[in-house]
This record gives sequence, structure tokens and C-alpha cells, in this order.
Amino acid sequence: MVQFTFWDILRNLLLAAQWTVLLSLIAFVGGAVVGLIVCVARISKNPGPRWAARIYIEVLQGTPLLMQLFLCFFGLSLIGLNVPPLAAAAIALTLYTSAFLGEIWRGCVEAISKGQWEASASLALTYPEQMRYVILPQALRIAVAPTVGFAVQVVKGTALASIIGFVELTKAGTMINNATFQSFLVYGLVALLYFALCFPLSLLSRRLERRLNVARAS
Amino acid sequence: MNYTFHFADVFAYGDLLLRGLWLTILLSAVSTVLGLIVGIAGALGRNSEIAPVRWLAGAYVELIRNTPFIVQLFFLYFGLAQMGLKMTAGQAALLAMVVNLGAYATEIVRAGIEAISKGQWEAGLSLAMTRWQVFRHVVLLPALEKIYPALTSQFIIVMLGSSVVSQISAEELTFAGNFIQSRNFRSFEVYFVITGLYLLLSLGFRQVFRLIGKRVFGKG
Repeated sequence: MVQFTFWDILRNLLLAAQWTVLLSLIAFVGGAVVGLIVCVARISKNPGPRWAARIYIEVLQGTPLLMQLFLCFFGLSLIGLNVPPLAAAAIALTLYTSAFLGEIWRGCVEAISKGQWEASASLALTYPEQMRYVILPQALRIAVAPTVGFAVQVVKGTALASIIGFVELTKAGTMINNATFQSFLVYGLVALLYFALCFPLSLLSRRLERRLNVARAS
Repeated sequence: MNYTFHFADVFAYGDLLLRGLWLTILLSAVSTVLGLIVGIAGALGRNSEIAPVRWLAGAYVELIRNTPFIVQLFFLYFGLAQMGLKMTAGQAALLAMVVNLGAYATEIVRAGIEAISKGQWEAGLSLAMTRWQVFRHVVLLPALEKIYPALTSQFIIVMLGSSVVSQISAEELTFAGNFIQSRNFRSFEVYFVITGLYLLLSLGFRQVFRLIGKRVFGKG
């Protein structure tokens, strides 16, 4: 029987953690792109896109991420595509992230006071110009801290991809555990590795928020 | 796409779905109550005058908030079992949900307590109330009222997160789905129905919380 030393376990978990990072990056970047569209639709003056975005957000925030993963995984294979777990997980996490980022960013745009809109309108700026030169630069500053904060949720969300068989940190932990029966050590290490990924992001988000509050107060 | 949907095959297992639904509601409701209690205790701990208590509460919050729920669940269920503490899947699921919600509730409740003006504390203390009495009778309720919306959305997040406890075979809604799917191979239809049920649950819970909020705080 093969014996696993502590270093074997840690090395394998670190290897698998790379996939967690990769999946997180895909989901975050994809989610940001789709989320921008969702946000624009959500604050549109046209009720059609506004309602569509609302329902989109409502459904994705009102159902478990695990179900979204299952539906992507089983649903896409239904239409004849043979989807690898990575693709299914990337799609599901992208949709999930986009709904949350879209809603966060909407809040940031709406936090800009009405006076800014009126002032820019009185300077004869068109709607895209108002957005581009007045509203978005200010909204972007408010948006940075909560967006970084949500990145933590994305990293944690990737853990569910283990359930559809994608070998990332959690799945690797389960596999190693099945071979070594050292559950306490293995899951403890898995948790610490996630912590090492997420805690710096949390700290950064908090620091950004504090800096923003100071800037606004002065 | 040459596929005919067979939703009837899912509803043939209606009693299983209902039983799963019930357990999901039960798990969520119990962990909501217990999680709030942990949250209030945690918030007191973070504001404690004793430094080690403060650090401990802080470490608890950071550890839980920066690790995935599924890993916490596996650690509690498999990890502690190896250390000799054996729990049933249901117990481990409930414990994990309470521990998880407790950490988020700690931060939310703390924000609420900090939002109550210092004058309230001073006024209470000047009436010869103890710190605990001021907290219990003066500060707690208005603090909870301030953070009620944040608290309810966190409860709903935990309810949705409970789908993960199916992985240690706690027999809630998702577990029922996994079981039915293993019988009739209609995975898409099964999970589609289950997703719809979760959506109804989160909409329903939100209404219930609104009613409770109206009752407790006199407005919604």
C-alpha cells in the first residue's frame, strides 16, 4: 500500500488549487462582462430590458448555485453537447457572478446623486456622454470595494464544481481523503488553502472601502 | 435536439419531493433561529472588553467567511468523526449551517450595534442599568431593526446553501432530487423542478420574513 506523507498531501492539494484559481478567474472575468450587460439593462430607461434583467437577477439569486451547476451540466448534454465539467462549471459560475455583479454595480450607479445627472444634462451632454464622463467614473470608485469583496464569493463558489466532478481543491481533498482516511488533516488543509486565497481579497476589499470612506468624508 | 421532456416522471415521486422540501424548510428555520443567537453572542464577543474573547470571535468570523460552506461541512462531518466526534448527517448539516450563518450574523449584528448612538448607552447607564440590561432592553431591538433586511437576505443565502448538505446524504430537497434522478435518469427535468421549488422557497421565505418584521418592529 502506498503511504501518503504530509508533503504528498499538501503538494497534491496545491496542484489542484491552481484549478480553483483558474476557474475563479474565468468565472470572475466572464461574470464581469455579462454583469456589465445586466447592469446596463437593469438601469435602462426601456422597461423591456429592465424587466428581463430583473427576472434574470431574481432567478439566479433565488436559486442555489448547485442547482445552476446541475442544470448547466445536465442541460447542455441534453442538447447533444458533451460538456466537460470545467465548461459547465465555468458557464454556471459566470451566470451566477454576472447576476450579483450586475446588481452590485446598479447600486453603485444609483448611488450617484441626481444632481450630477441634472448638472450634466444642463451642459447638453447626451445620455452616453453623461454615463461616460460623469456618472461611471464616480460609480466605478464606489464599485471597487464590493466587487473585490464579491470575488471571495466566486472563489468559494468554485468549490461546488467538485460535485459535478471537476477536480479542483475540494474534489482533490475528497480524493486524497478517500485514499488516506485522514479527514481531519486533509479537510483542515483544504480549508486553510481556501483561507489563504480568500482572506487577502477580504482584507483588500475592506482597505479599499475604508480609503473610500475617508476620501468621501474629507 | 431530439429529446422529449418527461416531467410526469418527476412528479411521480411527489411524496419524496415533499419530504425533502419539508426537511429543507426545517433545517433552514432551525438554523436561522440558532444562527441568530450565535450571531448576537458573536457580536457581543467582538465588542467584549476581554481581548482574547475579541480575538477568538474575530478569528471565528474570518475563518468561516473565507472558506467555502462545503469544506466546512466536510470538515465537521468527516474531520471531526476521525477525531472521535460522530454525528449523523442531519446533525452535521444543521451544525454546519448554524456555524456558517453565525459568522455572517455576527458581522451583521455588530454593524447594527455600532449604528446605535452612544447616547443610548449613556442614557441607559445613567439610569443605573447594568451594561447587559442596557444591551438587552435598549440597544438590541433597534439594532436588529436596522439590520433586519441584511439579516433576512443572509438567511435566504443559507437556505439556498443548504442544497449542499445533500453531499453528506442529509435527506433534504436536493438529496431527494439526486435520488429521483438516479431512479428515472431524467436529470434535467428533476433539477429543473427542484430549482423551481427553491425559487418558490426563497420568494416564500422573503414574504414570511416581511410579515415577521411587521409583527416585531411594527412596520415592514
